[in-house]
Amino acid sequence: MIDATTFWTLTVLLGIGTFLIRFSFLGLLGGRTLPDRVLLYLRYVGVAVFPALFMPLVVWPEATGGTPDPIRLIAALAAFLAGLRFGVVWAIIAGMGTLYLMQFLLS
Amino acid sequence: MTPRQAFWRGYLDCAPFTLIVVPYSMLFGVVARDAGLDILQTMSMSVLVIAGASQFTAVALLQDQAPVFIALLASLAVNLRMAMYSAALVPHVGHARLGVRALMAYLMVDQAFAVAVRTYEDRPDMSPPIKVAYYFGCMALICPFWYGCTLLGAVVGQAIPASFSLDFAVPVCFIALTAPLLRSGPHIFAALVAGTAALAFAWVPWSLGLIIAALLGILAGGQAELFLARRAERSGA
Repeated sequence: MIDATTFWTLTVLLGIGTFLIRFSFLGLLGGRTLPDRVLLYLRYVGVAVFPALFMPLVVWPEATGGTPDPIRLIAALAAFLAGLRFGVVWAIIAGMGTLYLMQFLLS
Repeated sequence: MTPRQAFWRGYLDCAPFTLIVVPYSMLFGVVARDAGLDILQTMSMSVLVIAGASQFTAVALLQDQAPVFIALLASLAVNLRMAMYSAALVPHVGHARLGVRALMAYLMVDQAFAVAVRTYEDRPDMSPPIKVAYYFGCMALICPFWYGCTLLGAVVGQAIPASFSLDFAVPVCFIALTAPLLRSGPHIFAALVAGTAALAFAWVPWSLGLIIAALLGILAGGQAELFLARRAERSGA
């Protein structure tokens, strides 16, 4: 059982903290013009953060207790190729579709 | 493009991600109820935080009876990446009024950030107010789905069998976000470095491996671009 006081303390502080993280640069720098060198690096934020997020989840999925799962690796590859070739919707459909299909065929 | 058109453009461009947001937010509703939270608590967390990964972390640590301070730091660390999103949005929407920027900060989620910045870079002709309208369009779709489906999951509860493998929707979502961003050699290099580094630094506590890997990827991408520019300059001269 989760204690109510503990829960509300954590939730309110997490809400405030998360907002401050999101607000940080956008709030403080505002309309200031950034140096070209900084702008150059900022263009790579998304393309660096997202692979760093999904790689460990693909290679060591929690659902299998962290052991690499060939089905998930193949499904991830299918999602990636579909995303490169056809775009977002097909990446999602190919990823989850491949996972379900292979789980169905191999079970 | 008028701001109204830009808003609806963003709304439509973000639409594919409802495929991910619906199951993911429902899963949070189910997990939070399983952990013993009531519906009001579950919804409060989704509305106050709107950041799935950190909400899952917080609930798991609460369930393990971790001290509040520890649970808070661990959950915040998961959200640290958004400071990088915040910085990357400055050149595009930093001109907006403080109140508008605060609202944009509250609504800043991975999908909206990725879709918005990609569009800003593809269409440099977008004026600053158009960019702001587009951003809100992206979130106007995702956000109600996030609240609504958390509620649905919390009310319906326990109805999602593990065989649906909904855990995998998260990496698939980020793969779908990454693929269209790989538009040049330096972008591909940045993604490779960040992905490899995330595996190499997965052991680092507090999810800080993610931050290290992302920073290395950003450095790699920027350096590769500079290198290519210098080489082109030399061969041109």
